[in-house]
Amino acid sequence: MDYFFIGTSLLKIVCLLGFVLGLMNYAVYAERRVSALIQDRLGPNRVGFAGLLQPIADAGKFLLKEQFTPAHVNKLYYWLAPCLAMIPAVITMSVIPFGSTLFGVPMVIADVNVGILFVFAIASLGVYGIVLGGWASNSKYPFLGGMRSSSQMISYELSLGLSVIPIFLLVGNLRLTYVVQYQVEHGWLVAPFVGDWTNPGNWLLAIPMLISFVVFMIAVLAETNRLPFDLPEAEQELAGGYHTEYASMKFGLFFLGEYIAMITGSGIITTLFLGGWHFPGIPDGSHGWVFGLINIVVFFAKVCALMFFMMWVRWTLPRFRWDQLMRLGWLFFFEIALVNIFLVAIILAYFKF
Amino acid sequence: MAITVPRPDLNWRERMFLPAIAAGLAITIKHFKNMIFCRTKVTMEYPEEKWDPHLPDHYRGAPALVRDSDGRVRCVACQLCEFICPPRAIKIIPGEISKNDRFAKVEKYPDEFDIDMIRCIYCGMCEEVCPEQAIFLRKDYAITGFTREDMVHHKDKLLEIGGVIHGVVLKWNQKK
Repeated sequence: MDYFFIGTSLLKIVCLLGFVLGLMNYAVYAERRVSALIQDRLGPNRVGFAGLLQPIADAGKFLLKEQFTPAHVNKLYYWLAPCLAMIPAVITMSVIPFGSTLFGVPMVIADVNVGILFVFAIASLGVYGIVLGGWASNSKYPFLGGMRSSSQMISYELSLGLSVIPIFLLVGNLRLTYVVQYQVEHGWLVAPFVGDWTNPGNWLLAIPMLISFVVFMIAVLAETNRLPFDLPEAEQELAGGYHTEYASMKFGLFFLGEYIAMITGSGIITTLFLGGWHFPGIPDGSHGWVFGLINIVVFFAKVCALMFFMMWVRWTLPRFRWDQLMRLGWLFFFEIALVNIFLVAIILAYFKF
Repeated sequence: MAITVPRPDLNWRERMFLPAIAAGLAITIKHFKNMIFCRTKVTMEYPEEKWDPHLPDHYRGAPALVRDSDGRVRCVACQLCEFICPPRAIKIIPGEISKNDRFAKVEKYPDEFDIDMIRCIYCGMCEEVCPEQAIFLRKDYAITGFTREDMVHHKDKLLEIGGVIHGVVLKWNQKK
């Protein structure tokens, strides 16, 4: 274990965590502005230039509010739940390659060989935060929210897992850096217009990959409790759902956990389907540190674009009814993902990649 | 009798809902785009932009006392507004006008005239009931203060808001 590795890893952790927390704060701001603009309003534009200091004001407000614990709750789990909602989302960031290399250092915190499995394993822990929060609150609405959340997450975890299997049939490695490397060489999975894009087999594969992409995107929306799948919090029906009994920074942690999960989800989609840090015509970091930086910027630009899409969807579509949600998850996405695996397997066998 | 609402019969394209979702996304992004390029103008940003020039004449803002063209406070302290006021925001202490005053035959004037603007509901009944056309609801709506005492408008403040009114009946003139 050399000191260079430990030093750079620590530096990467600090920088990435700081950046992601900042991005998350501004994701909240962006959400408010985007929702406002879509609804012909203006949104927060008073604090600082164009309201850019609003996230700081919000954070200050959350931190300074009273840490109120209702008398009827289960104290231990009540305090544990917000942390459990926040931490898995942050941990998942560690295996996502957010850049190529910078000064020869690979821009991923932990390049584990079970990449995507690690992501799924940790991301599913996120449901514990919500279920515990709902249960420990000892009140009806949070309980209903927690129940909904657990069943929803379990249902959509299936299509989430099944929809990425085609990628690994094709790539043949679970390591996320390898998935990105494959896309650098063979073109993005949903849009193979780089690499050997004249190969018709590549374009044929893009069709099932597109189906995978859509299913995965929808499953990520469901996993992060975004509209149209935000039944666990459902302001109108459940008065906030699992966080009804929470206030101040404990509510803040739930809220921020949701947005970090959004960032992480977008990061995974980018890595798996949209070529990660790769942009056509821009070489990787081994050609100079400028390109390394540009790769990181490209990655986060893709993440931001996906997050804008999530917000756009949120302020367009109404919420599903509970039975519709379950029907959609179990009767459509599950089957589509399953058939898609066979489709990719047949194409791979026929074209012999 | 129960009415059965007929469900529309959807064809396979409509049942996929994808065209409908795409149409919805197109609508929202159109609104977003129009807001970004400032083509939509709905919100009036209050402290910078105000209604004031566009307020209609019948606008009911803060009540105020007026002077007539002779410079006399038109109020004769009859206390009708005090009695009619639904939230009892008005408090009047009448005073007597001295015998050698030009308007001695009016007999009374408001020594103190307080309107508690925390209580006032801007109903305009005081204006309606006033036999002297002495109290009017003006267009001031941003009534603020740091304490409850600040929010009570005394006679000076009311006269300051009201100003001088022209073109009303001057029934206490000497000639009449």
